[in-house]
Amino acid sequence: MTTDNRHEPAAEYETHLVDVLVIGAGGAGLRAAIEAKERGLRTAVVCKSLFGKAHTVMAEGGIAAAMGNVYPEDNWQVHFRDTMRGGKMLNNWRMAQLHAQEAPDRIMELERWGALFDRTPEGKITQRDFGGHRYARLAHVGDRTGLELIRTLQYRAVDLGIDVFMEVKILRLISDSEGRISGAVGYYRATGEMVLFKAKATVIATGSIGKAWKFTSNSWESTGDGHAMAFWAGADMIDMEFVQFHPTGMVWPLSVRGLLVTEAVRGDGGALRNSEGTRFMFNYVPEMFRAETAETEEEADAWYEDHANNRRTPDLLPRDEVARAINSEVKAGRGSPHGGVFLDIASRRSPEFIKRRLPSMYTQFMELAGVDITKEPMEIGPTCHYVMGGIRVDAETAATTVPGLFAAGEAAAGLHGANRLGGNSLSDLVVFGRRAGIGASDFAEGRSGEPEPDKGQAAEAVGAALAPLDGKPGEDPYALHAELQNSMHDLAGIIRTGSELEQALERLDEFDERLERIAADGGRQYNPAWNLATDLPSMVTVARLTASGGLERKESRGGHTRDDFPTADPEFGKVNVAQRRRNGRHEVVQEPLPQMPKELQALFEEDKH
Amino acid sequence: MKYGLRAQHAPVASAEECNVTIVEEARDSAPTAIPVEIGKPRGGPRDRRTLRKDSWWQSPTVTVVILSTFVGYSTFAAFQGRNYYVGSGRHRNLLSPFYSPCMTHACVAGSHPLGIWFQFWQFSPALLVLIIPLGLRLTCYYYRKAYYRAFWQSPPACAVADGHARYTGETRFPLVWQNIHRYFFFLAFFLNIILTIDAIEAFRLPGEGVGMTIGTIFLLVNAALLWMYSSSCHSFRHICGGNLNEFSKHRIRYRIWKIVTPLNARHMQIAWTSLVVVGLTDLYVRLVAAGVFTDPKIFVVH
Amino acid sequence: MAGVPPKDSGKPETGNVTDDPAAGDEEGMALSEGVTEKEAVGEAEGEGMTEKEATAQVKGVAGAEVGGVGSSEDAGASEEPPETEQVTMKVWRGDPSGGAFVDYVLPRVEGEVVLDVVHRLQATQAHDLAARWNCKAGKCGSCSAEINGKPCLMCMTRMEELPGDTVTVAPMKTFPIIRDLVTDVTFNFVMARQIPAFRPKEPEPDGTYRMQQIDVNRIQEFHKCIECFLCQDVCHVIRDHEVNKLYYAGPRFFVRAAVLEMHPLDTIDRRDLLKEHLGLGFCNITKCCTEVCPEHIHITDNAIIPLKERVADSAYDPVAWLGRKIRGRRKARALEVLELAPAHAAPTSDDLRPAMATQDESGESASRDSAGAPDRSDGGNAGGEHGNNTGG
Repeated sequence: MTTDNRHEPAAEYETHLVDVLVIGAGGAGLRAAIEAKERGLRTAVVCKSLFGKAHTVMAEGGIAAAMGNVYPEDNWQVHFRDTMRGGKMLNNWRMAQLHAQEAPDRIMELERWGALFDRTPEGKITQRDFGGHRYARLAHVGDRTGLELIRTLQYRAVDLGIDVFMEVKILRLISDSEGRISGAVGYYRATGEMVLFKAKATVIATGSIGKAWKFTSNSWESTGDGHAMAFWAGADMIDMEFVQFHPTGMVWPLSVRGLLVTEAVRGDGGALRNSEGTRFMFNYVPEMFRAETAETEEEADAWYEDHANNRRTPDLLPRDEVARAINSEVKAGRGSPHGGVFLDIASRRSPEFIKRRLPSMYTQFMELAGVDITKEPMEIGPTCHYVMGGIRVDAETAATTVPGLFAAGEAAAGLHGANRLGGNSLSDLVVFGRRAGIGASDFAEGRSGEPEPDKGQAAEAVGAALAPLDGKPGEDPYALHAELQNSMHDLAGIIRTGSELEQALERLDEFDERLERIAADGGRQYNPAWNLATDLPSMVTVARLTASGGLERKESRGGHTRDDFPTADPEFGKVNVAQRRRNGRHEVVQEPLPQMPKELQALFEEDKH
Repeated sequence: MKYGLRAQHAPVASAEECNVTIVEEARDSAPTAIPVEIGKPRGGPRDRRTLRKDSWWQSPTVTVVILSTFVGYSTFAAFQGRNYYVGSGRHRNLLSPFYSPCMTHACVAGSHPLGIWFQFWQFSPALLVLIIPLGLRLTCYYYRKAYYRAFWQSPPACAVADGHARYTGETRFPLVWQNIHRYFFFLAFFLNIILTIDAIEAFRLPGEGVGMTIGTIFLLVNAALLWMYSSSCHSFRHICGGNLNEFSKHRIRYRIWKIVTPLNARHMQIAWTSLVVVGLTDLYVRLVAAGVFTDPKIFVVH
Repeated sequence: MAGVPPKDSGKPETGNVTDDPAAGDEEGMALSEGVTEKEAVGEAEGEGMTEKEATAQVKGVAGAEVGGVGSSEDAGASEEPPETEQVTMKVWRGDPSGGAFVDYVLPRVEGEVVLDVVHRLQATQAHDLAARWNCKAGKCGSCSAEINGKPCLMCMTRMEELPGDTVTVAPMKTFPIIRDLVTDVTFNFVMARQIPAFRPKEPEPDGTYRMQQIDVNRIQEFHKCIECFLCQDVCHVIRDHEVNKLYYAGPRFFVRAAVLEMHPLDTIDRRDLLKEHLGLGFCNITKCCTEVCPEHIHITDNAIIPLKERVADSAYDPVAWLGRKIRGRRKARALEVLELAPAHAAPTSDDLRPAMATQDESGESASRDSAGAPDRSDGGNAGGEHGNNTGG
């Protein structure tokens, strides 16, 4: 490794010619690559981390599929209906249908490749219940289903001999003279050397955007590279305002920041308190829940023992209500020292009770942070963990609106609508990962000649990427990142208002200017400061997409809550907010949803009576 | 450096083919090499044996002390050739586990219920017997760890550098013979039966009736611990069910495997306890036989 | 009850930074000596960091920066005691041409893990400190390093658990260095390719498989592996004997082989491969892999020793050999499978299709057919081709 540290872009880059280039080695990326490789195409997978470390490993609950192993009455229609309802009917109906139909096949396929799901007594794959799913439907492996999925696909990829370019950051997609995406340019993180991929078709499977927010369960990789690159390349983005926040994620200590605290903690007696020790949820009971919610602490506490004669504690109001209350308390200056509120079960339940009812919570906090939840309250706050929005894709082929570019997984939008059901993300990965693989393979096979990515675009991207290393003093990437995260947390977090979103957009414009002056210490070899500097443009872009989408959608629905428009608006229930770049301008438009055929609409009718 | 998984299935290739620099001469017993690059510089200080700050040397030291003491004592006991049996002269029937089954012509009267099988044997009868426990413990998966670490320093503790320049593990003679552990397990199994009979026989107090003494307790506990040691053995775990892939089709073997598995997890503790107890049992019998003290009775039924 | 107290009060400050016996013993002394004199390995010219940088940082950080990656209200967290205890991080900085430990002094923050401190260093004193990480929750296995000489995950090692007020952080020793705490773990990805993949037997007539929970329990333990490669790092076979890398797959891949060997549906016999090429015999079961496993997989007891016993069945036990001769071989030998086309060893998704089609019958929707059928025929003719391409 004797790379020189000269910063001027080299005229020639290391170049790889492939049929299908897959960016991202999580569940969706690997599934797409496997499909392409099985078709006999030259396939390369590029990932920012090591192979097998993708964020998919964090998925715990399971993978949803109407296999009917536990409830034979379960079928794809029911799963389809659950998914649409969960997404507040904003989903792409065709994606939801394909997803529900194909998920069982994909799971059986995983088993054939070596996945070991938990079993029923008859020896079939067992399925567990999960919120929003009518039947027990989540195939799982304890609480590490995501790891099982990634490992299975990883070794399948190894078996097929797929090329994997590890620790490569892709900077930009590159089109040819006809506007088809023909490859991408990036750099090896280890050496800082540039690398150019010439590809007949490119699949984006880069996952989430959570790193633009301060409290997130996402890893450093989730910087929205795929979202941003597709947007820059002119692809349509939809639903970017829908970001799933969990109301109770840890905010402190640092070692567990972003870790989600299950609702069961509140269900088992945990109470939310502000810095004054007040159980503030009593002040935030909305009119529609007033009748069924306790008014006094005594009544609320009695409810745990006796549901029949007491009303429910307000600590268990729906997610968005809890999040809104937490948000208001923090903004009113009654938050905890680190920007959250306190979730206190320690003073309310005996240590034995807590350890018995919440064993994994207890051990997790003990192991990772030395926090004893039987002794001290937790500091929690809304935490970003999934983005429903993303690149608009065709349901059948996962093709984006730009020729040659495909997208799958969290980077693609449509399946989850306004909110995602637990367990649907893993099945999304394999169902649409495969479809993206097929779509990209078909496209690559139908394309003649060697792809000719535009040299100018590559040079431009490389030049911009190397600018922070030019030795001039400038903005510190870490500080800039922290500021961005704070801005997004404060202004485009879980509860939004029009004025704050406008403010967020103004700040983002400032960030754009400051990005020009960003400077990183050190050289090109495995330099995290420089890596962060090259990730920041993506984060600022996705942050802007979320803020402008949120500004456009003047209602509250699913993962998007506007304080100034607190209810769902039926008119907004008919449209997606689409965003795209045309001639250098950022367009934000409302576009009608695809129309569901009658026989599917009937599924919702028959349910009414 | 092209940093990536360049995927070509090349399961087997010679070291020359994959263009590696072999820092030592290629080993003769392994003609094919896996195509990995070797010899590239590593990180961390190169002249330090370990960066560990804790007292990692404690555990191997304790192992050396206990094992050496035991080996020293048992060698003495084995070669002594007497004081291993407390017979009817003292109204007892206590046979040292080092000398059971006693089967050579040198065995003292009353100590060889199985008969004299090795008439020609000129040395201490214990030497014949001890081959079995010695072989068992020498090839035991736990003791291997203990003595490789403590005596052979390979490695002395985790993340502490190996004390040797070359290392071939258990791929060659003599260490490849560690694989016969299972045969010692079977031999030890029969030895356990005999020691159990000895322990039961010890309840017979000649001339006094049937009863319990401290000596019988020693023999009994010793036999029990040796059974636990054998049944927590990795080879046994393998034989009784570990070699199956479909437990659901072999329910009985699965049940045994389920019992053995938690025992196996305590193999180390059992190994040490049984080692100490077997030594103490011999010592006790030896002291009583030598007349240092009388084996105290607990109760006797006439 | 009264208001919830701020979290910091009531708790003892931070870990025991007072005299720790381990810090004062010879080993501790040796360590500090080894650090002050900058290691003479390699040429000094290439180094990014200098003594100046190393010492200039000392005590440079005030309490306000305690909050780590610049969170704004952390500055407001000034109810933390003004006099914060300091901790010295000795972090390996260097690349293939050489390196040295560099001391960084920074305040302790309650509840941090080592990775948090590394992040704090990156944000404040050492912007270009290279470290690998991803999930920061012990689930991805990226942040492997050697902390106070012990291989462990930086995200799972709490500062409070480390004795003394000096913490040494070094890269994994067994793998070639890339930079600072980052190593080149390609070795493991090469090894991953040496083991023929899962090849299941024929499914039930309905196209699915039946396995009992008791059959999968044992191997599910091995699937907990997060591939942090700490077991590979700590294993003295390759840690202390570089040349053995050519002949030894390492604990991680014995675990992988154990999954496949013990899988109730698998049809390949990998024992000869383990003995002949993956170097199972090199393992002398000194159990360090088990000691460092962050997932608490019983690598030695449950994977390696059972494999050794299985290899003994096939290679060293005449009775078992005889039994096998009488009953006949039931699995394909891995070495033979590898000689045939390895990419074909596992089934493709096309193999599933006829069986899966049976599920369709209940789905009356016409769109179902248009969704599934065309793709299936598309992919169907490609089965024979894959594996021929090795890519760009």
